[in-house]
Amino acid sequence: MDILPILSTLRRHKLTSWLLVLEIALTCAIVCNAVFLIGQRLQRMDMPSGVAEHELLQIQVADVTTPSNPYARLAEDVAVLRHVPGVLSVASSNQVPFGNSSSNGNIRLDPAQPERTLNATTYFGENLVPTLGTRLVSGRDLQSDDFVDVETAMKGLGNGDSKSLPHVTLITRTLAERLWPGQNPLGRIIYLTPVVGLRVVGVVDSLVRPNAYDTAKAQYTMIVPLRMGASKDQSYLIRTRPEDRASVLAAALAALKKADPQRVVTTQRSFDEVRRRFFQDDRAMAGMLVGVIAALLIVTALGIVGLASFWVAQRRRTIGVRRALGATRGNILHYFQTENFVLATFGIALGMVLAYGINLFLMSHYELPRLPGAYFPVGAVLLWLIGQVAVLGPALRAAAVPPVVATRSV
Amino acid sequence: MFGYYLELALRSLRRSPGLTALMVLAIGFGVASSMTTWSVFRAVSGDPIPWKSSKLFVPQIDMWGPSARGSDGEPPDALDFADAMALMKAHRASRQSAIYAVSPSVVPAATGAFPLNVSGYGVYNEFFPMLDVPFLYGSGWSAADDASRAAVAVISHTLSQQAFGDGNSVGKTIDIEGRDYRVVGVLADWNPQPIFFDVRDTGGFSGDGPDVFLPFDRAIAVGMPNDGSTNCSVMPAAEGFVGLQQSSCIWIALMVELDDAAAVTGYRQFLDGYAAEQQHAGRFAWTPNNRLRDLPAFLTFEHVVPRDTKVSLLVALGLLIVCLINTVGLLLAKFLRRSGEIGVRRALGAPRAAIYQQFLCEAGVVGAAGGVLGLLLTGVGVAGVGLVLPKRIADLAHIDLSLLALTMLVAILATLLAGLYPTFRASRVQPAWQLKSN
Repeated sequence: MDILPILSTLRRHKLTSWLLVLEIALTCAIVCNAVFLIGQRLQRMDMPSGVAEHELLQIQVADVTTPSNPYARLAEDVAVLRHVPGVLSVASSNQVPFGNSSSNGNIRLDPAQPERTLNATTYFGENLVPTLGTRLVSGRDLQSDDFVDVETAMKGLGNGDSKSLPHVTLITRTLAERLWPGQNPLGRIIYLTPVVGLRVVGVVDSLVRPNAYDTAKAQYTMIVPLRMGASKDQSYLIRTRPEDRASVLAAALAALKKADPQRVVTTQRSFDEVRRRFFQDDRAMAGMLVGVIAALLIVTALGIVGLASFWVAQRRRTIGVRRALGATRGNILHYFQTENFVLATFGIALGMVLAYGINLFLMSHYELPRLPGAYFPVGAVLLWLIGQVAVLGPALRAAAVPPVVATRSV
Repeated sequence: MFGYYLELALRSLRRSPGLTALMVLAIGFGVASSMTTWSVFRAVSGDPIPWKSSKLFVPQIDMWGPSARGSDGEPPDALDFADAMALMKAHRASRQSAIYAVSPSVVPAATGAFPLNVSGYGVYNEFFPMLDVPFLYGSGWSAADDASRAAVAVISHTLSQQAFGDGNSVGKTIDIEGRDYRVVGVLADWNPQPIFFDVRDTGGFSGDGPDVFLPFDRAIAVGMPNDGSTNCSVMPAAEGFVGLQQSSCIWIALMVELDDAAAVTGYRQFLDGYAAEQQHAGRFAWTPNNRLRDLPAFLTFEHVVPRDTKVSLLVALGLLIVCLINTVGLLLAKFLRRSGEIGVRRALGAPRAAIYQQFLCEAGVVGAAGGVLGLLLTGVGVAGVGLVLPKRIADLAHIDLSLLALTMLVAILATLLAGLYPTFRASRVQPAWQLKSN
């Protein structure tokens, strides 16, 4: 197909051609950036938690009156839950992955260093590793003689008695790699305060923090052997088989109610729900952007259909003359398809530049990362396709123009 | 004359129904999608108390020092007990209140009823007038009640109905955490979004509004523990709620009302003076590092508005622009095709102004039709955001009159602008040339 006649025709419709090119360019630029934003959201929503999410349940209960011995109360509750049929493992924890509410500490590698090394989240609770299903990659799990009652630890902190403080901790692989790149973390000390030094005894594969807003810091997690008492902030975590979750949750709630009918269940959910809730804003924004992209492509397609139809109508006589001179239907069809391809190519080229510019603007104003090169071809292919689909109808109509039109006067 | 042009416009549009439908669709789509996104954006970034937000300030004091600061050098975004109490005691603002979240259990009066777990806040009496909290019955408590740690409570309308049934419950007694409180006020439905006095705990948005407000000092005295988030740079030396009060952990929000620029400057100086005093006393080993942000600035600082919402608004605006370009192109194509008709009209003596009137009228009809379609689609869009957005945000996105008016205005203005250039071109057509070539 000869491209020169097309270019000379387009030159006669300069303004409308440029408008179409501009429209395609803007669409291309916006689609590239929007697809990138969606990609980022989806990537975030896929953030690994490191726990057996489809097998976990979370329950929180609040007492109307504070129990006289919260530690005993917690142990009783755990024992009650363990006897519920279908329960594989039970733990209590001060926080849950993706649970939002979190306990965090500034950690240092040297007790005398003035600035914190980083901020990590701290899980407190017994039996967490087997219940959560996070994998131990080196060292050992916490043992029951590592654990210290939080009350005792507080007293120890007050009177400087280091014996009553916890001494060991588990950390995630990411945290170990961040603190001691390429070295063996086992046996090293992390300081939560100048007097609380915790020796790393084990490394778990992955355990996300409850407040994982920053992907880079999502795995800065420690498990500290502190035993907490029963309170409304404590969560009971139950591991069960995925298909038993609903029945086990109901049975567990009934068992807890039976142990003390006076208390109030404040949270009861599966971990699928925890994740769904944590990422609901991300899902919302992604959905919104998909909607806008769809609208954008539809509008652009409509614009192409409109202009192409208009051009076909305007050139009926020319088409008739070409047909009369021997051009086949296929020639006419290809002419309009090529014309659209040329316009789309101009638009896409301009769109790439625009997309890059928009990304630079977003980077400086909204702290977004650089648009990876891979998104450019996505936008280009999408617009070429849309263009071809949109022009097909008008082009077929053009191809159907009979040669006899040439003999008619206007 | 206008009626005639309108008739001409309708006749012309009827002649090419496909192209007309395309233009109307393009405008309707563009307007609807940008307006829908805009309504959502406005809902989540909406100023919860626009008439007063510039007078409400959140003081921040650096009680942790450089070692706990992040790279941005910002002080903590809430206060510890000691500093909150010192600022309350100094009473340098026209109104002020320390605020902390509580989650007490309430036992309804009916026998055999199960206890309810409610959310609420410990606040001072000035909280209610400062934030213009609306009351259905009664009012807030007095400064004397604060001072005497009186057992009084302000409850939500919902809680009042749950505990006492319908009607005015002011003066009745309610059991909160096993103690009796006298209800002094019942709130009218009040659930500001973002819940601006407690963004640290809620992230800005929460489903149901607070159910109960108690005098701050009273709640502290009876040991009602903090239900909000607690951040510590150093672990508390003593355990429990009392240990928290003695620690430098932050868990209290403070809001002050400052009426003019002089008051703001004065308060800033007071904060710096206070921090310098603490430095002098040896409690702070660093120079004062305070902030005093007004409410909108504080909400931005706390990232209450998801940054993507703004980007999404840009995307929607981009869509509107694409739609406008689209309409310009189509109108141009349509109008330039009618040079013959223009030639005849001009040759018969129509001035350029008449051509402008006729074609702008036609563009206006397209714009109005697009606007009406956009309006309908906006309605569908705003109703449909519930499908993709969390309920708590979707509930806030609604069509109101100003949005409605803006939608129409944008649609018609956009098309008129889009019609202007084609009209300019069309009215410049030389009548003689046109007539000859035909």
